[in-house]
Amino acid sequence: MATTVQTPAPARSTTSLRDRALRLAERVTTPLLPADYLDLFSPLHSGADLRGRIVGLYPETRDAVTVAIKPGRGWRPHTPGQYIRIGVDVNGVRHWRAYSLTSPLDRPDGLITVTVKAIPDGVVSNHLVRRATVGTLIQLDQAQGEFVLPSERPERVLFVTAGSGITPVMGMLRNAVHELADVVLVHSAPTADDVIFSRELQQLAKERRIRLVEKHTETDGMLDITELVELVPDYADRQTWACGPVGLLDALGDHWEARGIADRLHVERFRPTVLVTGEGGTVRFSRSETVLEADGATPLLDAGESAGVLMPSGCRMGICFGCVVPLREGAVRDLRNGEVTTAAPGDGVLIQTCVSAAAGTCDIDL
Amino acid sequence: MTVLQKKDTSPIAHLTEEDIENLGKELDAIRQEVIDTRGERDAAYIRKVIATQRKLELGSRAVLLFSLFPPAWLVGTAGLSVAKILENMEIGHNVMHGQWDWMRDPKIHSTTWEWDNASPSEQWKHSHNELHHTYTNVIGRDNDLGYGIMRVDEDQRWHPFYLGQPLWNFVNACFFEYGIAAYDLELGRNLRSKKRRQSPEFRARAKQVLRKIRGQVTKDYVLHPVLSGPSFLHTIGANATANLVRNLWTHSVIMCGHFPEGVETFERRSIEGETRGEWYLRQMLGSANISGGKAMHIMTGNLSYQIEHHLFPDLPSNRYQEIAPRIRDLFERYGLTYTSGPLPKQVGSAWKKVIRLSLPNEFGQKASARVLSIARPIKQADAAQDSDRESAA
Repeated sequence: MATTVQTPAPARSTTSLRDRALRLAERVTTPLLPADYLDLFSPLHSGADLRGRIVGLYPETRDAVTVAIKPGRGWRPHTPGQYIRIGVDVNGVRHWRAYSLTSPLDRPDGLITVTVKAIPDGVVSNHLVRRATVGTLIQLDQAQGEFVLPSERPERVLFVTAGSGITPVMGMLRNAVHELADVVLVHSAPTADDVIFSRELQQLAKERRIRLVEKHTETDGMLDITELVELVPDYADRQTWACGPVGLLDALGDHWEARGIADRLHVERFRPTVLVTGEGGTVRFSRSETVLEADGATPLLDAGESAGVLMPSGCRMGICFGCVVPLREGAVRDLRNGEVTTAAPGDGVLIQTCVSAAAGTCDIDL
Repeated sequence: MTVLQKKDTSPIAHLTEEDIENLGKELDAIRQEVIDTRGERDAAYIRKVIATQRKLELGSRAVLLFSLFPPAWLVGTAGLSVAKILENMEIGHNVMHGQWDWMRDPKIHSTTWEWDNASPSEQWKHSHNELHHTYTNVIGRDNDLGYGIMRVDEDQRWHPFYLGQPLWNFVNACFFEYGIAAYDLELGRNLRSKKRRQSPEFRARAKQVLRKIRGQVTKDYVLHPVLSGPSFLHTIGANATANLVRNLWTHSVIMCGHFPEGVETFERRSIEGETRGEWYLRQMLGSANISGGKAMHIMTGNLSYQIEHHLFPDLPSNRYQEIAPRIRDLFERYGLTYTSGPLPKQVGSAWKKVIRLSLPNEFGQKASARVLSIARPIKQADAAQDSDRESAA
């Protein structure tokens, strides 16, 4: 933060020398924080907002790249299978996206890696795959996610992945394959050339650590449940982790549910649910617990006010920024130029309510 | 000047409603073009300015630890003055306008920024962005016209209090950051009645200002001097000087924005039902630029492009210079006057107005008429002498 944070005064007995020194330093640098100056010279220092520096870019396929990141001092080790949110400045604008970690935990250089596949019209993925450069500073968040192996390793495991869905599974395999006795991996990709980590997976199969079933959908067709059941007849006895397109995950979910073994299926969804960016939509002001239907021509400020929400406001014409609030999730349209701004959970994109109208379902932090 | 609506010959009489609408469309198009091309280059610019400013401030304050030595005092004070000016003008003012919000960087954002100034950013944003930029130069609505302590327009009613306004203006210039804080707090209006004085809202805001001032004063006049050890007093002097330089500079730049001759003011009623085009037109006529080089533009926070800034207060400041030729062309095509001049001329013009309007309108006119009537015969005599000399030669 660029502002001096008002830290609540801790009880006298617990006030350590370090806290006092820190508070004194804050008074010396006010209205900025000491960290704002430290950032100039050492952006990865401890106590700074978590950041990382791209130190390597390694192409995996024609449209996928592994990004090696040196994380800041505040980085806490992850659990394989988890993802991180990274904030990348693309053409000057910060975008946050989530990517699965693919690195082994015990890398001597302390680097972490994510593997990114360019998706059509993907702002961040295309930037990372085609334009990112070594040395770039990015924003990081601590690892999160429940798509992990239990500490008591299951005896038999099935992984069902497609495309970049292999990435969290690769994170698990690199860290725990030696602890898993019986692993089947069914992986789909358009062609053999599109298989990310192809050589490493073949090697694992050759060493008989995993049974690998590669499906090249351009020639073999899409994987369906019937085929999966044939390929892995004992699937019901296995703990299954699946990651891939929504259609595949939904089909698996339905089938496992029908068999009454839904508790043995663990899925990770990558793509956010597609936003309906038509005109208008349901607007939720989450803190004031107000829900309303807004049309696509009414500024959110007006809509909120007429529903009795205490909206900050100013000039009401888009110049003073007195009405800016975080959009927690959803899509809004700038009434001045029709541009749509979207936010995924956790983004908290700041929008001007006086010139923005709903362009789909919106959740506003107010 | 007189409000535009009361003038004998209005500078906008030649514009039809359609002209004004087209003017608005042209300006909207320029605005959209800048928005469409905002990107990496602009982000790199503001980050570079911020990094430079912080390094300059750090370096200057480090040098001032040895301010006992005159060269260190001079270098440190000069550096700190420049750093404070950059921080207030090109960075603070513009960030708080939301010019860089599009980057979605919470560290360079109008909602999180706090500046090196006595006025808390939250209060400044209200009085500046919301009131001044919306009601620019509307008598009775835009308190920036004289800040409530001065008469800067013939149509503001004269009161004997204004006799002292050249002095008030000078004092305000020296302590400008506190003037801004008092102004943002609407101190004059709020202290006047007991009810307002005791309102919880006012008290909370006053507390916020006092807290901010305490932080600023402790930093500049206690902590940094103490860190300087034997240079204690010299560092106090240096910091006070830097604050004074910053205050005088920012005050001058801001006077140049709306007070020089040629800038128009508007009647309260004239903005009822104002269209977008009319709003643009008011901003065009209500602002004045400062001509100069690159350093001048950066040190004024690009408020040397006050006209462009008032048209598009939320566009990145580095773009004002780029669109200025097109704005100037627009003025020409629509037969409007683009008011601009070098800093000394504009500051002089603004001060002249402050002095002239400290007296009642008729008094000023009569006095100048008398001065002219005395001066004319002398001039004529001079001219006669000159022609004598010429004929003699």
